[in-house]
Amino acid sequence: MNPRLVILDVVARPLYVVVLLASLVVLLRGHNEPGGGFIAGLVAVTASVLWALAHGPAAAEARLPFRSPLILSAVGVALGVVSGLPALLFGDAFLTHLWGAIPLGFTELKVSTVLVFDVGVYLCVWGALAGYALSLLEADLTPADDERPEPRR
Amino acid sequence: MSVWLAASPVLVPLATALATALAYRHARLQRLLSLAGIVAFFGTALTLVATVQGGETLAVAFGSWPAPFGIEFRIDRLGASLVLITALMGLACLVFHESDADPGNRHPLLLPLVHGVLAGVAGAFATADLFNLYVWFEVMLIAALGVFAIGGRRDQLDASFKYLTLNLLGTLLLLIGVGAIYAATGHLNYGALAEAAAGLPPALTTLLLTVLGLAFLVKAGAFPLFAWLPASYHTLPGPILALFAGLLTKVGAYAVLRVVGDVFAPPPAVLLEALGWIAAATMLVGVLGAAYHWDIRRILAFHIISQIGYILLATALAGEAGNAATLFYTLHHIVVKANLFLIGAIVWRLTGSYDLRRIGGLWQARPWLGVLFAIPALSLVGIPPLSGFWAKYLVLFEAIGQGRIVWTVVALLVSVLTLYSMMKIWLEAFWRPHPDAGWTLPRDARLAPAVAATVGLAAITLWIGTQPEALIAYARAAAATMGGAAP
Amino acid sequence: MIATIALVVFVTVTVGVYLTLSRDLFRVVLGVAMVGSAANLVLFAAGRLGPTAPAVVPVGQAALADAANPLPQALVLTAIVIGFALVCFALVLMLRLIRDARTDDALALRDAEPVPTDPVKPPATDPAFEPIAGAEPRREAAR
Repeated sequence: MNPRLVILDVVARPLYVVVLLASLVVLLRGHNEPGGGFIAGLVAVTASVLWALAHGPAAAEARLPFRSPLILSAVGVALGVVSGLPALLFGDAFLTHLWGAIPLGFTELKVSTVLVFDVGVYLCVWGALAGYALSLLEADLTPADDERPEPRR
Repeated sequence: MSVWLAASPVLVPLATALATALAYRHARLQRLLSLAGIVAFFGTALTLVATVQGGETLAVAFGSWPAPFGIEFRIDRLGASLVLITALMGLACLVFHESDADPGNRHPLLLPLVHGVLAGVAGAFATADLFNLYVWFEVMLIAALGVFAIGGRRDQLDASFKYLTLNLLGTLLLLIGVGAIYAATGHLNYGALAEAAAGLPPALTTLLLTVLGLAFLVKAGAFPLFAWLPASYHTLPGPILALFAGLLTKVGAYAVLRVVGDVFAPPPAVLLEALGWIAAATMLVGVLGAAYHWDIRRILAFHIISQIGYILLATALAGEAGNAATLFYTLHHIVVKANLFLIGAIVWRLTGSYDLRRIGGLWQARPWLGVLFAIPALSLVGIPPLSGFWAKYLVLFEAIGQGRIVWTVVALLVSVLTLYSMMKIWLEAFWRPHPDAGWTLPRDARLAPAVAATVGLAAITLWIGTQPEALIAYARAAAATMGGAAP
Repeated sequence: MIATIALVVFVTVTVGVYLTLSRDLFRVVLGVAMVGSAANLVLFAAGRLGPTAPAVVPVGQAALADAANPLPQALVLTAIVIGFALVCFALVLMLRLIRDARTDDALALRDAEPVPTDPVKPPATDPAFEPIAGAEPRREAAR
């Protein structure tokens, strides 16, 4: 991006956080209502793309958790696999999900292995799609004149 | 415990893929993890075969959703033997990759993607759910595409685009077929489908199986849907090419066998007739394509197609004998085909090219390599006492028994033409002197892992050839419990 | 309703196949994506159209009388996600290919399978093909 867009630059900083918070809301909401890991991951990718538009793909990649889309998505898949493992303790099949509640006095905190799985999906989608989107943006940022495709006959 | 064993064909390679991906900044650690993972996979696959060879099947319903509704893995003798051969190929090719015979570009993503391909292949062999089969085909496709594209050379990008387009259309056809079958029967589980299939009108079954079968034939590389295979395979680095050549098309052939020979058995006769003619055309076209080429990899890539024809022919013969012949042929062929590609990579390292017009003189320099090449090459042709002889014997005996004289004649003719191709490679690469008089063997070649892998695979070929009874008995036992067997 | 969906599938597949047969790489990717959408629609219609209520069993009831079939929805969701990932990959691949090969014409892309110059002899697939081999193996230019 040759001319730095000042407004985009300034707005991107707070907006990055806001978009990520929104993605977390969508993620947690998915427990009982429309939402969930996949959509939340897509929302998170928009934050990365926003950062890439303002500061370049390399900076956006550095801002990802673990600083690498590959590691991020691998951690996501790993979480998904791990969420299926506690079933082993109860002699159930792999990926049998467990629910429980932790009493907090005034209310109770509902926990489940499904949430772990959903977080895994979230990280995996974020990592994989940010990887695609950033490499597309990267390819788009270096258009030298002689690299244009030749006109077809 | 059996639940975990049944899920291991996917869990072990997937865990290895994750571990190698997380270690992508440390090349040595990544290679160690990859080797440890493939050894563990081989170990669990051996346990799997040992468990099911008595006739029991291992099943797991993921997430405790019971069988007709949830996704089920059900591993019988057919699936277990194919999972074992998948692990064996992974082991041989990854050990080979430790040598410097055409390892290609050691990209940090290569090993995770290769284990991803193995997970996809093994998942397709293990699953008992039609939609899940589609998912494993896609896992295989995505991981294989990654392997194609990370090389980054222009011909590799070109190859991966063609591979992507044609295979993606194949999987979409599969998806449409799966949807249509679900609409017609309300089931996706193999067991439930087998029960529901009996109540379908034959015309509808024919239509459904045609859509599904066409999708699998794209994946298997059958005539006339094989264009993606010779367009792309030869751009891969040697050991990866051997892995792909050994396994990927065979998943398509396995899916045809599973659907036609097990779930929907016995299928409408017109489908088997059509499959037989497609098989004959596949054999012939593949071998003729090979005769034209001078690049070792391209010759062998066309021979994949021709050999797929034999496997499909065995499936088209149907019944217990046909299904047993299909399994035996597939197991033999995977070992032999991968070994030929691996030896081709050694030839490349020693002579500097895959093009037969530029190489020669290996019989003088490395006579043992000539013998090593002759074992899988003659086995591919079907010369006794090698494994290919028994595989072809089983297929052709059944074909003659059913009075399929034209198919038999085509198969024998293709064997002769296969011999021509193998002799061409042998004469040009080994017997003839090197075209460059000043050529010498490279001094610094690090070939010990490559030789270990190829000698191991050749030993398996020899073992099957001299002791075929055990494997034939296993294949017959596997076929006896499939749907095509007489009750 | 089912007739409308059948018609839509027909039109989408037609358009998709037409685009896929184009020489323009971008149209090929678009075409494959359209065939994918048609496949998803087939899968969706496979679960019978009719009730649209979500398949959630109300508290106190044992079974569900009138609700949409949830299984095809799960299948379609899976297929959409996989298709999405593949189309993303295809786009990145296409862009790099166009950049490297400097053409977006499918007929001009002959890097993997070079055009033969001689009607009898096949072309060399080895990029560094020379009539006589050197003594040392060709080293791949690592990138």
